[in-house]
Amino acid sequence: MSFLFPYLLRLADDRLVLGHRVSEWCGHGPILEEDIALANVALDLIGEATALYKLAGAAEGQGRNEDALAYFRDAVDFRNVLFVELPKGDFAVTIVRQLFFSVYSLLQMEALSKSTNAELAGVAAKTVKEARYHIRHSAQWVVTLGDGTDESHARAQRAVNDLWRYTGELFLADDVDREAAAAGVGIDPSTLADAWRTQVTEVLQRATLTVPTVAYMQRGGRDGKHTEHLGHMLDEMQIVARSHPGASW
Amino acid sequence: MSEQVQDSQWPLWEVFLQPPKGEAHEHAGSVHAATAEQALQNARDVYSRRGEAVSIWVVPSGAITASTPEDMGPFFDPGNDKAYRHPQFYKAPRGVRVF
Repeated sequence: MSFLFPYLLRLADDRLVLGHRVSEWCGHGPILEEDIALANVALDLIGEATALYKLAGAAEGQGRNEDALAYFRDAVDFRNVLFVELPKGDFAVTIVRQLFFSVYSLLQMEALSKSTNAELAGVAAKTVKEARYHIRHSAQWVVTLGDGTDESHARAQRAVNDLWRYTGELFLADDVDREAAAAGVGIDPSTLADAWRTQVTEVLQRATLTVPTVAYMQRGGRDGKHTEHLGHMLDEMQIVARSHPGASW
Repeated sequence: MSEQVQDSQWPLWEVFLQPPKGEAHEHAGSVHAATAEQALQNARDVYSRRGEAVSIWVVPSGAITASTPEDMGPFFDPGNDKAYRHPQFYKAPRGVRVF
């Protein structure tokens, strides 16, 4: 089961990194209610990551717990897609990315809730509920922004255009994915691409936004080849844990 | 209520939550939101993230007609001179004493 640790790790890394990006809105939300909503989304994602890191640490068997995996690895050791590590941008970028990721997460976790790994299936079932709510929240916002004022429409379209070239990596399958899928533990992400595109396109059309046509898709995160943004983000995210190793509060 | 303070934010909505025990919806507070759906989601995020409710109502605050302090007398004077209006007037049979 050598695929199990790397497979669980990438599921967790996607969620921790995106969760941290969303948490950067805390205290900076456009209005109080949305500030709380974004903090809730961030907490959901970090909670999902925590559960997955626990499983990953157990699968690895080296005694690393969720804190060790989250706070004591460097950027090259992270296996998240580039998509989630991009800066939070303006509110449109954050909310469009949340829609894109949540639709992906729902499809992925619906499949994983039938995993032959009972613990992973359990985490997936909980994540499905959270992803459904995140879609409802972000889709409502994407439509509000896209079908809103000239300014909000332009910003939403720019966010869609800027993020689109990073979405291809979500559906790239490597050996870890294929082995996990063959064992009935995981799924091959390339099988999610069509459903994802259909659902995202439906929301973008309601929002009067245009689906971009991009030939070249960015990739590298699953191999540890990250953008410069991840290192800066981890510096901030990890500094307290690294300055005070073993501290508890 | 003729001189309302102009609110610079989105419209205000009153939030009512139904507790899991199946009791009636109770007023929980208020949220700002541009649409009813957004108000529902904000209410969920602000007032019901930890399983406090099984159902949420949101109502535009402006849709609520409320009594005013001046109504105190005519609305709520208990009419103590009419003792028969009070349930205490009746004697409960022994079988229902538990109430």
